[in-house]
Amino acid sequence: MSVATQSTAVRTGRAGRALIVTVLIFFALFYLLPLGVMVINSLKPLPEITGGNMMALPQEPTLEPWRSAWSTAQIGVQATGLKPYFLNSILMVVPAVAISTMLGALNGYVLTKWRFPGHRWVFGLLLFSCFIPFQIVLIPMARLLGLMGLAGSLPGLILVHVVYGIGFSTLYFRNYYAAFPTELVRAAMIDGAGFFRIFWRIMLPVSGPIAVVCIIWQFTNIWNDFLFGVSFAGLDAMPMTVALNNLVQSSTGVREYNVHFAAAILAALPTLIVYIVAGRYFVRGLMAGSVKG
Amino acid sequence: MSAEAMPAATSRADLRGRLQDWLPRLVLSPSVAAMLVFVYGFIAYTIYLSFTGSKMLPSYDWVGFDNYRRLFGLSAWTTALVNLGIFASLYILISVAIGLMLAIFLDQKIRAEGGLRAIYLYPMALSFIVTGTAWKWLLDPGIGIENTMHLWGWESFRFDWIKDRDMAIYTLVIAAVWQSSGFVMAMFLAGLRGIDNEILKAAQIDGASNLSLYRRIVIPMLRPAFLSAFVILAHLAIKSYDLVIALTGGGPGRATELPATFMYSYTFTRNQMGVGAASAVIMLMGVASVIVPYIYAEMRQGDDR
Repeated sequence: MSVATQSTAVRTGRAGRALIVTVLIFFALFYLLPLGVMVINSLKPLPEITGGNMMALPQEPTLEPWRSAWSTAQIGVQATGLKPYFLNSILMVVPAVAISTMLGALNGYVLTKWRFPGHRWVFGLLLFSCFIPFQIVLIPMARLLGLMGLAGSLPGLILVHVVYGIGFSTLYFRNYYAAFPTELVRAAMIDGAGFFRIFWRIMLPVSGPIAVVCIIWQFTNIWNDFLFGVSFAGLDAMPMTVALNNLVQSSTGVREYNVHFAAAILAALPTLIVYIVAGRYFVRGLMAGSVKG
Repeated sequence: MSAEAMPAATSRADLRGRLQDWLPRLVLSPSVAAMLVFVYGFIAYTIYLSFTGSKMLPSYDWVGFDNYRRLFGLSAWTTALVNLGIFASLYILISVAIGLMLAIFLDQKIRAEGGLRAIYLYPMALSFIVTGTAWKWLLDPGIGIENTMHLWGWESFRFDWIKDRDMAIYTLVIAAVWQSSGFVMAMFLAGLRGIDNEILKAAQIDGASNLSLYRRIVIPMLRPAFLSAFVILAHLAIKSYDLVIALTGGGPGRATELPATFMYSYTFTRNQMGVGAASAVIMLMGVASVIVPYIYAEMRQGDDR
């Protein structure tokens, strides 16, 4: 990825610039429209949505849809709202991200500074595993989780996310450590520092930026996952995305659009907040996953 | 390079040295074992199942290529493949076109560049389920965009693709492009920022117009970004599942069935595990045909370092 930040030297005329700015603003509205409309309509009572204009601001703003989405909406058997599923997602994401990031850091360290014959093969196989369509592992994974007694449980989901997260976390740390001067590691070895000492004292202290990138990437991916959740979570360990889908698709009763919107925003909020706070790292993670150096 | 270089004065140090020698491999081994079992072992198992007569549960009676023959005889699978063809080509083409245009425009010393970039890219942080929920409703003729246009006085405005068997697949394209075109923009922008401005200045002095400058010099230099965008978008398209479930559920009828939804319903709701496994194998082959050459090229490039 390039580090240069200056814009192009190409010069454009005044009419050209006006056109460019218009197009850029049009697309900004295109990207903002769905989110904006969801926020506006999540604050309306239901009749205002079904009988009114989606672009109109709420006449009688209400927070009732949000309260309902969070704590009383009917999802599955009981009317619990999204609260328990939000908790499920948190309990699933935190350990899965922590474990896969730690393993990724260690793997990246070994694959760059302690190379052994065949290290390239190991990395190639890990890299390919990042991109497989997960449909190819659904059947055996369901079998295995059943045999291990982990079907429909949070530990089962955590295991799944760690296993399929290692590829990306290793990729990040490996590419980052590859640029780190090997001479320093060698010098420490001559001084008698061992494998873990070098990792703790030399590698980890410089790993801040890539750790943030990796954590954000894993957090976003695991939080947003639907396929594994719908396949392996059952009713008790259901994560946020699956609960949201169940709420929106449920065919019983009146469709409470305002509640659906509030629920959708609640499901999106954690990753959106991460994006707003640390967008720079999020972008870097996306790029590192595609245009690796 | 390994710990062998360390002087081994005593036998204890020798033991430690040997341990240090094995430690890296020991640390790596849980991940490698997990990968071999959960990725490659599972792939092998699914391939094996695709040659058995498994229905609701895995069974081990060998049926040869029967499942593949049945698969390609099913009209639902043909529909899924045709839909994927339409969806993937439009999704890639439009995302790349919009991404490239936005990147080039943003690169023209735009004052609010940072803010605009953040707006273009935020959909990538959302789950496809959220995206699907939002667009499902925007595209619903009864309350969404069509209804709004009617209320604003444009009575004859029609936009009911999501209910139309022939057009529903294009609603998937709209939502998917909305989600990922900002990401493509970021890839192209990084590519543009890597181009040496001296080359552009020289071409301008030679009297090249802006249009030919971009067509002849800039866009050809963005080849790596085009390639990355293609690979990422193509494999995302083949894997598309969440968005279909949230936006259309595969309907109306089978109008938006894709291989990923086909695989899931045949395996887990129609109890045709053998056929489902066969469809998963075909999906893997599709992804591999895009990803493997890319990884191979990247790794060979890495050799130079």
